[in-house]
Amino acid sequence: MSNTITPKISLRSVEKSFGDRTVLNGVDLDVSSSEVIAFIGSSGSGKSTLLRCVNLLESIDDGAILLDGVDISLPGLDPDPIRRRIGMVFQNFNLFPHMNVLRNITLAPRKVLGLSASESEERGRDLLRRLGLQDRAEAYPDQLSGGQQQRVAIARSLAMEPEVMLLDEITSALDPELVGEVLDVVRELKGNGMTMLLATHEMAFAREIADRVCFLHQGQVLECAPPNELFVSPKNERTQQFLQRVIDSGRL
Amino acid sequence: MNETVPGSSNRPGTVASSRLARRRFERRQKRRSTLIALTSTLVVIGLLVTLIPQTPGWYKVKRSFFNGEVFSETFPRLVDAFVKDVQIFLWCAPCILVWGMMLALCRSVRTPALFPLRLFAAAYTDIFRGVPVILTILLIGFGVPGLGMDRPWNSPYLWGSVALVLTYSSYVAEVFRAGIESVHESQRAGARSLGLSSGQTLRFVVIPQAVRRVVPPLMNDLVSLQKDVALVSLIGPIEILRQAGIDKSKFANFTPYLGAAIIFLAITIPETRFVDHLMARERRRTSGTAIR
Repeated sequence: MSNTITPKISLRSVEKSFGDRTVLNGVDLDVSSSEVIAFIGSSGSGKSTLLRCVNLLESIDDGAILLDGVDISLPGLDPDPIRRRIGMVFQNFNLFPHMNVLRNITLAPRKVLGLSASESEERGRDLLRRLGLQDRAEAYPDQLSGGQQQRVAIARSLAMEPEVMLLDEITSALDPELVGEVLDVVRELKGNGMTMLLATHEMAFAREIADRVCFLHQGQVLECAPPNELFVSPKNERTQQFLQRVIDSGRL
Repeated sequence: MNETVPGSSNRPGTVASSRLARRRFERRQKRRSTLIALTSTLVVIGLLVTLIPQTPGWYKVKRSFFNGEVFSETFPRLVDAFVKDVQIFLWCAPCILVWGMMLALCRSVRTPALFPLRLFAAAYTDIFRGVPVILTILLIGFGVPGLGMDRPWNSPYLWGSVALVLTYSSYVAEVFRAGIESVHESQRAGARSLGLSSGQTLRFVVIPQAVRRVVPPLMNDLVSLQKDVALVSLIGPIEILRQAGIDKSKFANFTPYLGAAIIFLAITIPETRFVDHLMARERRRTSGTAIR
């Protein structure tokens, strides 16, 4: 993947610990534009923390995170303009329960981008139509199914027209029959050339959608390869063990 | 199923008849509990009504607390005086809510540069929650006018209200702060990830949810404010408690106090019922069916 074009996102020996627990222990990775990276690994391997660091929700202890070649992890940098360019979707949706669907989506475009009410609503309704939620615009999050809520959360993030999307186990809180509708949206995003970093337990999906799958173990990327290599002939012993466990539990 | 349940003597096995029997049984149970509740209430009231008048002091108590003549003479004046209480309440309540929210925000500030603000708010709530309202009213109500300022700056209404605002805003600030802290961190993460600043997050995401959650406890504080307004009488204004005291001396009779109590109840009972209603609604919204 090393070419002369600046990677969209670069992680340079990123380190992060909470207290004396090391969560990220020197992560290096270059992500090029329109590339989809899936992070797999057991719980606590650092997948979520890594994504939160890229969105500056957590500060890193050492190393650097570059967006278009610019270090965004410098201490004291205003995180807000950077977050505008990086969308994030969470495991538990984090929708605003006191606002209806449309307001959830239009809040940030209005307050952050300064769009007018009508502009932002138009943008919101377009997105809802795209995600098949056009008739739920006035509903409140509590009145929606988990799958619908997660699609709204994705729409909310897309309304800021981000350059990169971070998807943090976005199907883990969903009933199995609702996972599909959310993954369809992610497929569509990939079709549109969105750069995405996703943490997931859905091995089959990672295999289908990712350009590269990265296996995280104890805060380190042990192996990073196209899915057909990583899932078929993993080189690292830990990766082999992890995948064996996944296969044994019938999830691949 | 060995007990003989009344009404269940029909053939076992048929589903329809067993459901009928169950319904009949439940109806009978319900009727029985209503009957028991009714008789026990009647017995208790009957005992009170027959026993109390037999106490040696009843005759005197009746004359000095339940005097119909004094009651009808003083009651209208008390109602007039109560308007003052309502007025004081009405201008204090908005000030308390605004000032309380500002204090709560001061305490929730996370920027180190604003630490003094946080310290001030913490000290403020500690002090005014710790001192009885009555003392604050006396200290401010007698202390500040002692500075010898001209009207209207020596009005007991003003300084009594200020004392109420100082005390109650510290209660209300704690309520708001609890509300702000109850909004889950993931809500902030959701908002910040969209590029909203911390101020915008607070304003559009955290505070609206916090306020919704604390409406019931807030209403409780307002109900007790309604009652504590009467304490302002200690520094002069003739509101209902003071008026009742004047009439008590005039008639050498305690009935005006009873009248005042009735007037307070007429406004505080609907208020508390309203709070109960709000709380029940909130419970229904957040936790499904109530367990009996």
